[in-house]
Amino acid sequence: MSGAADREAVFPTRQSLGLMKAKLKGAETGHSLLKRKSEALTKRFREITRRIDEAKRKMGRVMQIASLSLAEVTYAVGGNIGYQIQESAKSARFRIRAKQENVSGVLLPAFEAYQTEGNNDFAMTGLGKGGQQVQRCRETYARAVEALVELASLQTAFVILDEVIKVVNRRVNAIEHVIIPRTENTIKYINSELDELDREEFYRLKKVANKKQRDTAASDAEMKQKREDKAALALLDQENQAPEEEDVGGGDILAAEDDEDVIF
Amino acid sequence: MSTQEYKDRQFLAVIGDEDSVTGLLLAGIGHVTSPPDSQKNFLVVDNKTDNAAIEAAFERFTNERKDIGIILINQHIADRIRHVVDSYVKAFPTVLEIPSKDHPYDPEKDSVLRRVRRLFGE
Repeated sequence: MSGAADREAVFPTRQSLGLMKAKLKGAETGHSLLKRKSEALTKRFREITRRIDEAKRKMGRVMQIASLSLAEVTYAVGGNIGYQIQESAKSARFRIRAKQENVSGVLLPAFEAYQTEGNNDFAMTGLGKGGQQVQRCRETYARAVEALVELASLQTAFVILDEVIKVVNRRVNAIEHVIIPRTENTIKYINSELDELDREEFYRLKKVANKKQRDTAASDAEMKQKREDKAALALLDQENQAPEEEDVGGGDILAAEDDEDVIF
Repeated sequence: MSTQEYKDRQFLAVIGDEDSVTGLLLAGIGHVTSPPDSQKNFLVVDNKTDNAAIEAAFERFTNERKDIGIILINQHIADRIRHVVDSYVKAFPTVLEIPSKDHPYDPEKDSVLRRVRRLFGE
């Protein structure tokens, strides 16, 4: 096993086995949830990239039209109005505000353009001549800026989503390739240790049983021996007693022994 | 990310050639802060403007000013400070490359579109 060493530092006990099993389950749940989140975000991300592509192309056209209308103004006013406009710009009429949109727990900001009423820095521009063209040009550019703001919010969403997706995928991979295998390894390790302990215990019990058996056998034998000895002793006693009884008429035995001696 | 980070960002900024800046100012995005420091949110770039000045303006709009949400920059000007634009990865403020009158828009050069293409392996 390649990852044999890659496990958490725990004592192989039943309690930590339970902990590890709970952890594995948690990791698997988290993995599937994160994977789903990543998929949802990626779907959104693809949609946004497609819209960015479209919006960028549209922006090209819109800016072209806007430049054309500025050229009209230059022609109608009869000179360059750039300097005059740069100097008279004081306060922005065209502003943006950011709102948020929630996609699977990620807050995506979106810009929204709005125009403040009542301040007009360019009231005098084109007063002499070309006022109509200036007005039209302002409208064209206002529309162009709106398109640009939309594009900018798409782009912001793109950048943020890109970042978030990277983070989520990193987490998914970490869980899938590091945490889950390590927890599984730990569980395997604990199980094998516990089995080993079980076997040891079994062997010990067997040993003890053997020894007990041997002891019992020994004591049995001893007892038997003792009993036999006792029986023998008893028999001897009896025998000893019997001659005593026969000693009463001892002459016969002695005579008999003598007889035997005689035989040999 | 906190809401605070982009709540106050309500202006657009422009770095561009004279025509682009004029047009966008006409639309009403121009803003000059109150007199003591009087910072403009636009920069007109012509052939005489050196790259350091553009970089400084870009830096000012992206890092120093906290009231700018979108930076519009002409693509041919972004090309002049390409390394700065490409290494800018923050979400706020957003940098948007726009076409100019004299230079047609080239999607291949756009830093964001290039990222889009790279991500989809095209």
